[in-house]
Amino acid sequence: MSEITALRGSVAETIGTPTVVTDVVTMVGRSLRLSRRNLEVLLVSLMLPVILMLMFVYLFGGAIDTGAAYVSYVVPGVLVLCAGFGSATTAVSVSQDMTNGVMDRFRSLDVSGAAVVSGHVAASVVRNAASTVLVFVIAFAIGFRSDADILGWLAAGGVLLMFILAISWLAALVGVIARSPEAANGFTFFLMFLPYASSAFVPIDTMPGWLQGFSRHQPVTPVIESVRGLLDGTPVGNSPTLALAWCTGILVVSVALSVVAFRRRTA
Amino acid sequence: MAEEWAIEASGLEKSYGPVTVLDGVDLRVRRGTVFALLGPNGAGKTTLVRILSTLVRPDAGGARVAGFDIAVDRQRVRRCISLTGQDVAVDGLQTGAENLRMMARLAGLSRPQARRRTGDLLAQFGLASAAQRRVANYSGGMRRRLDLAAGLVGSPAVIFLDEPTTGLDLPSRQAMWQVITDLVRTGATVFLTTQYLQEADQLADQIAVVNAGAVVAQGSPADLKSQIAEQRLELTLTDGLAFEDVTRALGARVVSTDPSRMSVGVATDGSAVHVRGVLDEVDPGGRAVRTFAVHAPTLDDVFLALTGHATTTSTNTTNTESEPAHV
Ligand SMILES: Nc1ncnc2c1ncn2[C@@H]1O[C@H](COP(=O)(O)OP(=O)(O)O)[C@@H](O)[C@H]1O
Ligand SMILES: [Mg+2]
Repeated sequence: MSEITALRGSVAETIGTPTVVTDVVTMVGRSLRLSRRNLEVLLVSLMLPVILMLMFVYLFGGAIDTGAAYVSYVVPGVLVLCAGFGSATTAVSVSQDMTNGVMDRFRSLDVSGAAVVSGHVAASVVRNAASTVLVFVIAFAIGFRSDADILGWLAAGGVLLMFILAISWLAALVGVIARSPEAANGFTFFLMFLPYASSAFVPIDTMPGWLQGFSRHQPVTPVIESVRGLLDGTPVGNSPTLALAWCTGILVVSVALSVVAFRRRTA
Repeated sequence: MAEEWAIEASGLEKSYGPVTVLDGVDLRVRRGTVFALLGPNGAGKTTLVRILSTLVRPDAGGARVAGFDIAVDRQRVRRCISLTGQDVAVDGLQTGAENLRMMARLAGLSRPQARRRTGDLLAQFGLASAAQRRVANYSGGMRRRLDLAAGLVGSPAVIFLDEPTTGLDLPSRQAMWQVITDLVRTGATVFLTTQYLQEADQLADQIAVVNAGAVVAQGSPADLKSQIAEQRLELTLTDGLAFEDVTRALGARVVSTDPSRMSVGVATDGSAVHVRGVLDEVDPGGRAVRTFAVHAPTLDDVFLALTGHATTTSTNTTNTESEPAHV
């Protein structure tokens, strides 16, 4: 038998104190690596947004009259829609950790649930940010034009980032609560439908009356209106305020409920 | 001087709704020893491990692990222990080395320390050549070993292993036994659960037998074996006449009979001398006994001997230990 000292490290090594920062950084690194190596996740987060945009522009674009180049109209909607698709990935990843032995191992190492979930949320934000950049690159190639100055771009980016962060935490909450990864996947389904009932793809005026009330007052619409207006350089009214209020609300509630639900499930 | 007991638990109780999972468990584990919790599926082994490793709070009772109270000093307990659960807890999409480095960082090692420790552990567990491969491509035995290695990155004083060999083939199981034996030689305390009597016998200094949430027997393997069925020599006879003759000849030594299969069981130590002696005695003409077989005691035999009734859950496939364990 080889020397057995390797089984136990030297005493000096046991003294190191793990910090919350190390835990979070380590968990973010893990989640990013896992997303990068999961082909399905990569396809959903990078390819799907591009395919959807091309589909909307070339298949439906001709039939929808929005009074401007449809690609410029539809880009914010595609980004929001894809944040919804991405949330399924996030919810499933969190749920997988909750339902297999790895969470016990992390907890026995005194890693907090918040660190594990933050890792998944960070990876989700990075995935969405990457797909956003990709969508813009392709959009420009097929005729997207913006009159916005640098401030407009920054503001639009800020609103999108807030939305992605809020949706990611909401998805994480779903993952913490769900009994199984399949259930988590199902729960996020409604997130993918919210953008359709907003001004993302068609103007709200063209919708049936009963739907218009909902569409005007759901969180996706102000996000879309802000991003579209900021990129167009047109007046945005109170849309950004509404969008940030919605996102902050969703974010705060999701984080708080995640922490409570995590405690309850692992009591 | 450090404490004599690595684990001291008293009166641990846990229920989930109407189901009582642990019904007052007391046990003590001496530092630097292997303690085996032996019991069938559903006996409450995992629940007990999760309580002792601070993941679940008991409804009643308490415990000290590595000298710290599991309720009051959770964090200190966690610094001293590691848990390798029943389900393998490594990421299939990370390589073996990445999994270990990650765990080492979470256990508080610096980056260079983590890298060094990862290299040492991979070599120790015979995984050095697979270090850069994704775990999804590992065999079951390799994955188990990596999982165990991941539990050792922080050099824990008390190591919990929940069914570390369930589902492994014999060579992998023996490799795991060797690792556990080595661990204890470094001064660690190992608390393992198992459904295999022979595994507990092979590894443990002390065994507690649990059934339906209660410890039904506790002691050294030798203590327990003196209480339980020995090995059984089963003779299958050529005809009804031979069956009657042999049964009569063995008299009170018969421990089991099965007239429908014309078989008779007697206790044996399994040695050739004893088996030959019995055969010569009951069948001097060499015609009465058609076949014979030596059976090791199973977990069911243990429960039968200790509790007077069979295990509450059927564990038919998991605890038939017909394969030789002392190879
Ligand atoms: N979280 C839980 N909720 C409800 N019942 C549980 C839970 N955990 C364990 N049990 C029940 O407790 C009993 C013992 O389970 P367990 O500790 O896993 O036994 P073992 O590890 O010995 O197979 C089983 O009947 C199981 O269904
Ligand atoms: Mg179990």
